[in-house]
Amino acid sequence: MDGSNLLPFGEAFFGIAWLDAIIRILAVISLVMLVVIYLTYGERKVVARFQQRIGPNRVGPGGLLQGFADTVKLMLKEDLRPANADRWVFALAPFLTFTPVLVVLCALPFARDWGVRNLTLGLFFVNAVMGLNIVGIMMAGLGSGNKYALLGGVRAAAQMISYEIPLVISLISVAMVTQTLDLNAITLLQEDRPFIVLQPLAFLIFFLAMLSELHRAPFDIPVAESEIVGGYFVEYSGMRWSMFQLTEYASMFAFSIFGSVVFLGGWEFPFGGAWGWGWQLALTGIKSLGWIIAIMWVRTTVPRLRVDQLMAFCWKVLLPMSLVQFLMNGFVLVYDWPQELLTVTSGIGAAALIAFVLRRAAHRPKAGSLVGTYKQVRAPAQ
Amino acid sequence: MTIWPEAQAEHLDTEGFSTVDMTINVGPQHPATHGVFRMVLTVDGELVTSCVPYIGYLHRGLEKLSEANDYRQAMGFWDRTDYLAGLLCEQAYCMAVEKLANIEVPERAEYIRVMLAELSRISSHFMFLGAFGADVGSFGTSFVYAFRERERIYDLFEEVSGDRMFPTYLRPGGVAMDLPENFEKRCREVVGNIYQGLEDLDGLLTGNEIFVERCRRLAPMTTERAINWGVTGPVLRSTGLAWDVRKAEPYSIYPQVKFDIPTGVEGDIFDRFFVRLSEAYQSAKIIEQCLDQIPDGPVLNPGLPKNLRIDNAEAYARIEGSKGEYGVYAMARGGNKAYRMKLRSPSFCNLSALSEMIVGHYVADAVLILGSLDIVLGEVDK
Repeated sequence: MDGSNLLPFGEAFFGIAWLDAIIRILAVISLVMLVVIYLTYGERKVVARFQQRIGPNRVGPGGLLQGFADTVKLMLKEDLRPANADRWVFALAPFLTFTPVLVVLCALPFARDWGVRNLTLGLFFVNAVMGLNIVGIMMAGLGSGNKYALLGGVRAAAQMISYEIPLVISLISVAMVTQTLDLNAITLLQEDRPFIVLQPLAFLIFFLAMLSELHRAPFDIPVAESEIVGGYFVEYSGMRWSMFQLTEYASMFAFSIFGSVVFLGGWEFPFGGAWGWGWQLALTGIKSLGWIIAIMWVRTTVPRLRVDQLMAFCWKVLLPMSLVQFLMNGFVLVYDWPQELLTVTSGIGAAALIAFVLRRAAHRPKAGSLVGTYKQVRAPAQ
Repeated sequence: MTIWPEAQAEHLDTEGFSTVDMTINVGPQHPATHGVFRMVLTVDGELVTSCVPYIGYLHRGLEKLSEANDYRQAMGFWDRTDYLAGLLCEQAYCMAVEKLANIEVPERAEYIRVMLAELSRISSHFMFLGAFGADVGSFGTSFVYAFRERERIYDLFEEVSGDRMFPTYLRPGGVAMDLPENFEKRCREVVGNIYQGLEDLDGLLTGNEIFVERCRRLAPMTTERAINWGVTGPVLRSTGLAWDVRKAEPYSIYPQVKFDIPTGVEGDIFDRFFVRLSEAYQSAKIIEQCLDQIPDGPVLNPGLPKNLRIDNAEAYARIEGSKGEYGVYAMARGGNKAYRMKLRSPSFCNLSALSEMIVGHYVADAVLILGSLDIVLGEVDK
């Protein structure tokens, strides 16, 4: 790997590579902290709107300083460790969970010249490192000495192993089209149209698998509040607990940027190249915001799957569909058929996936004439 | 860190690995137990192999207190049994005392009682719908929807009686005071909102594919089993038997209003949910009819002494409570206090079927099954 691949983001600060790296990393870390503080506030506000509540509005104008108040509170809280916890495993787990997310953020392009490092294998790197935080989660589950935590950790591991596969295959489908794994190069290729147009099926699969990776509803089984009361972080308090929260929101942020780079055109589409870095940053912000609000919307609307349904959905629906996408791309690209065919084939696949999910919901009894129609509707249930 | 080592059993699989069953203590501090209920689950991985419920955390000695206080004072304890539908309990208590002393109740008072009792039933069913949604994992959205309507009902109670949850508004022989002037207008407003709220919850939960998948054919109960366990109320009706004390043994003014008894088909959890949803519609209809039909007149039997004294007598009054058949047995041996009061609480009887239903299901489903019984611990522990 030569220097040009490592430093595509303009000149190094002060001309010194290591100083440049440190400055950029510090910038990203402070950005992430700020984003996470406002994401917690934002989530509470957005969820409150969905639930006809007001949300935090006491600290600062409109509650804008709520996140800082929470941070102070969490730092002052006692750091408890259960007597039967495995000391070092318990202490290390939050940091091992958080580090991979931070590493991922160092490989993401926020705009053409904004980012820590651009990697030639960026797509691969992000995936590989993102998966590592399961180590921390398992450690938290095993080391807490709590059965709920153990269940949560094991559930998280099982879920992670399953959903990583369709996630990776859907990304490989995109990589087949782009012929590169460089995230900046992928973004540049989307000058005219984002890849969601070419690969809607891959986008759907990516979105669903991402929800699962993030432990967000309807796949929040490892942290199920009403069953295992928080799962793997049930025994944590104070700063260690907030590391898990930090991870959750930071990975949401990372995934939203990663997803918009791969599928929505990142900082390039539309007019990213022409209008300069301000617009590029705005594009990144708008897209990741939309992505995050979509995640929150799903969270407030749908209930949780059971663990066997979760596995069935992954292995019986998502995995075959992602393989179909993979195969269709292969045919179109090998025979050099026109690019529009990618849109058509993948669009049909996406429609089939949506139809499959909605199929059985079509025969539900409706409100109003409940008593009369109820039996007729209910009887032919398969 | 075993809690009950004797409850553990060792499994040897074909490979020679041994796995140990894990004991999970659910409650009394657990979001899924809806109060202070505790069950000890033995789980083999995610499957429940045994369930031992423990009750009694909320025992307040209701029956003994009723024997130590005179008939009017004792009523305050009774709306704290099923604290989600206090007026229903007051109605049952008053009916028992009236049977004991052969007291006539003016017709207007009966109408007021039925209207408020049905409002209580709706409020209780809303609590179920909201909490059940939260059990399935819809992150509180259903909960807030349900509580919006409950707040309105409670506001109405406050206008009528001065108290929200524990009105203590009924008296043996009628009700404490007449309705406020604008009651009809306010009540119609509230009922209109109830229809809207039920429709919202119906749209949020019933039409949701994940919700239906979670609930359908889960822990089904046959009518025979239900009767053998002494299960009553919506859980019994969900098995297909249209047994409702309001129709089977009509009391108060129920013969003069038209309503249907919603029944299920399979007795599964979805049916229990749906029966309660439909029942709330029927209750709203009853209230509207009562508002049309309510006559003028006194609201309290004028011939009653301040201090009620009853000679040797025995009575059993039962009503259709929000959870099932709510029966009050009363015995008088002279004096102004009851010699014996006994509560046949539907939640307690329904809860006895829990262990049988839970064994063999996933941990996640155990929470749902408990939620579908819709127990109120104040009523279970008396």
